[in-house]
Amino acid sequence: MLRIVVCVKAVPDPKEAGRIRIDPVSRALVRADLPLVLNPLDKNAMEAALELKEQFDAHLSVLSMGPPPAESVVTECLALGADQGYLLSDRALAGADAYATAYTLAKGIEKIGPADLVLCGRASSDGSTEWVGPELATLLDIPIVTMVKEIVECTGEWWKVKASLDNGYRVVRVKLPAVLTVTRELNIPRTLSFSGIIQARRKQITQWGIDDLDVPEEAVGLKGSPTIVSEMTTRESKRDVEMISGTREEMAERLIQELADAGFLSSS
Amino acid sequence: MKTVEYRHGPVWVIAEQIEGRVRAVSFQLIGHARKLADGLGTPVEVILLGESLDQQAQQVIASGADRVYLGDDPELAVYQPDVYTEIIVKLAQERRPEIMLLGSTFMGRELAPLVAARLRTGLTAHCIDLVLNENKILEQKVPAYGGLISITCPQKRPQMATVAKGVFPRPELDTGRMGEVVLLKVQKNIPRRIETIEIVREEPEGVPLESAAIIVAGGAGASDLEGWHTIAGLAQVMNAALGSTRPAVDEGWTELETMIGQSGKMVSPDLYIGVGLSGELQHMVGIVGAKVMVAINSDAKSPVFEQVDYGIVDDCRRFIPVLIEKIGEYRSEGRELNHGNQDER
Ligand SMILES: Cc1cc2nc3c(=O)[nH]c(=O)nc-3n(C[C@H](O)[C@H](O)[C@H](O)COP(=O)(O)OP(=O)(O)OC[C@H]3O[C@@H](n4cnc5c(N)ncnc54)[C@H](O)[C@@H]3O)c2cc1C
Ligand SMILES: Nc1ncnc2c1ncn2[C@@H]1O[C@H](COP(=O)(O)O)[C@@H](O)[C@H]1O
Repeated sequence: MLRIVVCVKAVPDPKEAGRIRIDPVSRALVRADLPLVLNPLDKNAMEAALELKEQFDAHLSVLSMGPPPAESVVTECLALGADQGYLLSDRALAGADAYATAYTLAKGIEKIGPADLVLCGRASSDGSTEWVGPELATLLDIPIVTMVKEIVECTGEWWKVKASLDNGYRVVRVKLPAVLTVTRELNIPRTLSFSGIIQARRKQITQWGIDDLDVPEEAVGLKGSPTIVSEMTTRESKRDVEMISGTREEMAERLIQELADAGFLSSS
Repeated sequence: MKTVEYRHGPVWVIAEQIEGRVRAVSFQLIGHARKLADGLGTPVEVILLGESLDQQAQQVIASGADRVYLGDDPELAVYQPDVYTEIIVKLAQERRPEIMLLGSTFMGRELAPLVAARLRTGLTAHCIDLVLNENKILEQKVPAYGGLISITCPQKRPQMATVAKGVFPRPELDTGRMGEVVLLKVQKNIPRRIETIEIVREEPEGVPLESAAIIVAGGAGASDLEGWHTIAGLAQVMNAALGSTRPAVDEGWTELETMIGQSGKMVSPDLYIGVGLSGELQHMVGIVGAKVMVAINSDAKSPVFEQVDYGIVDDCRRFIPVLIEKIGEYRSEGRELNHGNQDER
């Protein structure tokens, strides 16, 4: 049986995330109390996993590292159809950069048991480094294809996928076990069903801390992160705006005049 | 050659080539690596993997490199993750670079974390500036939360970062520069668990963003696909390239390729028109040196208006169709539009 692990991240709602700011005076991070949601691209990873599960009768686990409220996104994945949910949560895990995150997730996957396929989103909406997938693959010592937009062949040991590239795509053969990070083009994620939500209530979420994972405190979280945020500054914008007012027609005409005078409206 | 002792390891650039030509972003990084290396008193070394690259190696030196490690082999013609990673990691373990830079291209974004994790070091994504601080540590500047944050990798080496095309200028070629080309022996039996079998290039539709003189960029304010098409329509009548913010990509109105900003493309148009977007720094850092900037936003208090030359407060879904119509009139009337209405100020 194909064993799949999907790594999902709980992120501040991207529609609201602009409210997290640096206070220009205190330079501290002003965090609005934002609800955590499933990282948008991880929905595509979940959908890919669910489709494979339907096709192959695969076993599907979801794994997330995050604070206790991140449990809600694991629950959501269980409601979507995952068989098992794992949350890696511990104070010592806070402040992890991509490397420490990948390290912790790798330990989680090792403890869950051998996976044939690990799926991640291309990027998280808040960190957005795109590093976690490739670093995870390296730490698990298995290959990775990033930005997968189509799974062309998925039988046997070698799979064939299409992955985005600057102005095009590449066709790649990859040997399982492997990690794939997925793009939005891969599929259209399904929405939650009522029966799924009911079924999820009967599924247990396994929570592990660093003792369960058997990792030293220095290897995870802020302490295990090679990079640190050393300084925050605000940046002033520099232009003097001229507001164009009037009726809609007047504004359009004024703008056209300004653009024409600056030489931007040569006839097409 | 005399052997010189350096206090710091070399500054590395992992160059990228497509069909035997080194990409612009790699040259830009070599130019900046030169500055960092001079600050550290250490050489610039460039790793160049591909096929038939003699000429290119000379250009790399003329751009500021002291040494090129050249892997020239048909097996390296296209990016092969396992082989490329193995070569770079082995060499890095030997040479111990202080800094390693890669372009934020699709290859760089995959290869950089593969190398960083193998070397157990830190890596910073999408930097918009890289400077040495007084302790000669690399400050890697990244926009976040409406400001700039500086990320450092104080202990582990190399300090690794990816940078998009257009962040740093292309250095002048100095064809008299001397440098050394070291041919890498390409090991034949590196096990491959992954194999690139084909690369398909697709010509982008319309005007390419990076070289466009005019850009119309749309954001979340488009509100829906119909609103997006309206903005795209403006780009078309203006002979402009169409750009976007992240929400427009997330909503599926447009492709990732159109996204401008820190994690998207760097652009430098003469004219930028931002429609229904809030002027978030992560987007705005992607617009470098635009001569004229215009914003159309329904919220008079939007921060975007502090960053442009002309501002219009209106619902873009209503304003843009009027603007398109008036541009049509302007053009058909032989530019005679409302001369009486000219600015009196
Ligand atoms: C690590 C990281 C990297 C990122 N990288 C990028 C990047 O490279 N590029 C990028 O663009 N973003 C990036 N983002 C996202 C960025 O932070 C902002 O969320 C995004 O730029 C905001 O897009 P927006 O202005 O379209 O949307 P919003 O901030 O939601 O603004 C929408 C604007 O439209 C206006 N509006 C609403 N309705 C209308 C209407 N009918 N007519 C006219 N105006 C209207 C509103 O007043 C508002 O000002 C990144 C975020 C993170 C965390
Ligand atoms: N804390 C986390 N828990 C689980 N998965 C994660 C976590 N952080 C990142 N990922 C996975 O890695 C992908 C890329 O994230 P990033 O490298 O932050 O852009 C995400 O789409 C997730 O699949």
